Amino acid sequence: MTDVTSQAPSPAQSGPAQSLGFYAIWAVCILGVILLPLIFTSGGSHTTFSLIGIAIIFALSYNILLGQTGLLSFGHAVYYGLGGFLAVHGMNAIVAHELPVPLPFVPLIGGFAGLVFALVIGWVSTQRAGTVFAMISLGVGELVASSSLILRSFFGGEAGITTNRTDLPTIFGLSFGPQIQVYYLIAFWLVISAIGMYALTRTPLGRMCNAVRDNPERVQFIGYDPHVVRYLAFCFAGFFAGIAGALAAINFEIANAAYLGAVQSGVVLFAAFIGGVSYFFGPILGAIVVTMLQLELADITSVWQLYFGIIFIGIVMFAPGGIASLLMMHRPLLRAGTLPMVLPSYLIAIVPTLLFACGVILGIEVLGAYSQGSADSTTIRLFRIPFEAASPMTWLAAVVLTIGGFFVARMTWRGIAGAWDRAAMAARERGYLS
Amino acid sequence: MTTAIEMRAVEKKFGNVRIIQDLNLTVGKGERHAIIGPNGAGKSTTFNLISGHITPTSGEINLNGDPIAGLRPFEINRRGLSRSFQVTNVFAKMTVWENIRCAVLWATGHRYAFWKNVDSLPEVRRRTAEILEDIHLTERRDVPAGLLTYAEQRELEIGITIAGGANVIMLDEPTAGMSNTETERAVALIRRLTEGRTLVIVEHDMSVVFGLADRISVLVYGNIIASGTPEEIRGNPKVKEAYLGEEEH
Ligand SMILES: Nc1ncnc2c1ncn2[C@@H]1O[C@H](COP(=O)(O)OP(=O)(O)OP(=O)(O)O)[C@@H](O)[C@H]1O
Ligand SMILES: [Mg+2]
Repeated sequence: MTDVTSQAPSPAQSGPAQSLGFYAIWAVCILGVILLPLIFTSGGSHTTFSLIGIAIIFALSYNILLGQTGLLSFGHAVYYGLGGFLAVHGMNAIVAHELPVPLPFVPLIGGFAGLVFALVIGWVSTQRAGTVFAMISLGVGELVASSSLILRSFFGGEAGITTNRTDLPTIFGLSFGPQIQVYYLIAFWLVISAIGMYALTRTPLGRMCNAVRDNPERVQFIGYDPHVVRYLAFCFAGFFAGIAGALAAINFEIANAAYLGAVQSGVVLFAAFIGGVSYFFGPILGAIVVTMLQLELADITSVWQLYFGIIFIGIVMFAPGGIASLLMMHRPLLRAGTLPMVLPSYLIAIVPTLLFACGVILGIEVLGAYSQGSADSTTIRLFRIPFEAASPMTWLAAVVLTIGGFFVARMTWRGIAGAWDRAAMAARERGYLS
Repeated sequence: MTTAIEMRAVEKKFGNVRIIQDLNLTVGKGERHAIIGPNGAGKSTTFNLISGHITPTSGEINLNGDPIAGLRPFEINRRGLSRSFQVTNVFAKMTVWENIRCAVLWATGHRYAFWKNVDSLPEVRRRTAEILEDIHLTERRDVPAGLLTYAEQRELEIGITIAGGANVIMLDEPTAGMSNTETERAVALIRRLTEGRTLVIVEHDMSVVFGLADRISVLVYGNIIASGTPEEIRGNPKVKEAYLGEEEH
């Protein structure tokens, strides 16, 4: 199963029908980006979409490193953050000196800031891959994050530095006051960046990034210096991260130390990994999921980081290829027409699995409410149902759901595995799986 | 200029162990040169020294008359020397097609280009298809290299080595582990693909060695004890004693 998913898609070298499908997917996605805020018209959803757009650019830029070149970075937020800070300084300078630069060009300031810092830092840090690179990225991340609190005139200390995006020269009569206008600004850069980063994977450099990821030793014997390949990839990653950071600065009209800290670096790793680093679209899914989780979970539970951790561990253990690989696993079955053989087993599994999940969630929430111990919070709400955290009935329900759910669910998971084997066998017979 | 590779008084120590000692080797241009010797003699280490994988402790190595000792592997490769590995060393997650194409890119002058679409480079496409045809892997072009059979991986290994069009080709036991028919096919392939180029080959199969090589060097304990035509080597008493003797059943 994993063998099938490890094969990266390369639409450009397949037949015309497939390449038509390839352009259709891009067109549908771009159309979606344009239409979404017209369908969900509330201000809140426009804010959510804006944040998702920024997160997607950032996660895609991260995947130039992790998925494409095999570089595990713990400090990618440095380039995002510096892009954000320089964008804010740039905007303030544009206003102060009355420069004729309208807001839509500001992300380029962030991009070039990210690029310049990547050019400087990357040469040393990309000398080696693996643990050395990871450790250097962590060190540089800490260094920049701590200096952001020391160099107050540039970083603004704890409070950060603010700006006002509406003070910039207008273009096409757009003030960029309303969130919807900011959304479309972000959407514009999202589409440009996504196309740019995809195109990068289809260049000689992009292909050699994959080669360096797979086997840096052999790359040297076909004429390439893996260090240079890694360095160039690193610079591109820095550039696009800077664009994302600048868009965040435009969106929030502020840049502060949190932009370039370890948490931000962790979130982007998390997004890329959950989405799946072996497919170009993986980090896009991951960015959507993680941004939604961040926004939604924080509202409904105080221990949302715990759920983050559980999801992350679950993905690492059971689906190391992320959501994208889980989806792409079904492609040969879909082509062979054997997908209907597995779907019933999914439907059967869904009920006990959800009950099991509810049990775990109830248990976590009860424990959370208990350990935080304030008098008024012993009543917890789960899916709008109130539970009394102190009541033995609640505890019992949590235990029964968790244990009972697990055992029943495990049986249904075996059913899925069996159905999968049969479907894969049938697909193999029809020549759709090797 | 008639020598492709020249090693003079090359020594290599790993820690205190001298694996290669006072090694002298000359490979003429256009020659098919086999290196034979017992296990652990230092044949692969010699390959590593010439290709820049490791640097000699002392001594001189020349490629087409220019000193190359101490250069990085990619610098040596750009000067027209390409080698294969004894243990298959391919890009496992990439397809067969991509493996060969990557090996073609530098030689066709595309270097680190990030402004060209790799799928619309006719020269690259043509050469990749040609090499795939040569190594009989056209049918398997979309299979990830890691999923190939052993023999197919060995052929891919040869394909990657020759794809860049290097003038000096070094193959480290290309037929190891192959069946008789696979070996025959591989030898015919090697013979054809290295036509007009310099070939250095490490090989344990004596029928392959004596069938293919113009000259043979015998390496024992990190030292070349004899170098000459197949006839000379066959008749050399030192070689018989040190190496061929063990092989005769
Ligand atoms: N990097 C290294 N560090 C230490 N010792 C090494 C290293 N590489 C090779 N050796 C040693 O050098 C000796 C020669 O190894 P080499 O691989 O060159 O032999 P070989 O002639 O290719 O043998 P085979 O026929 O088994 O391939 C061996 O004893 C090996 O253990
Ligand atoms: Mg060897």
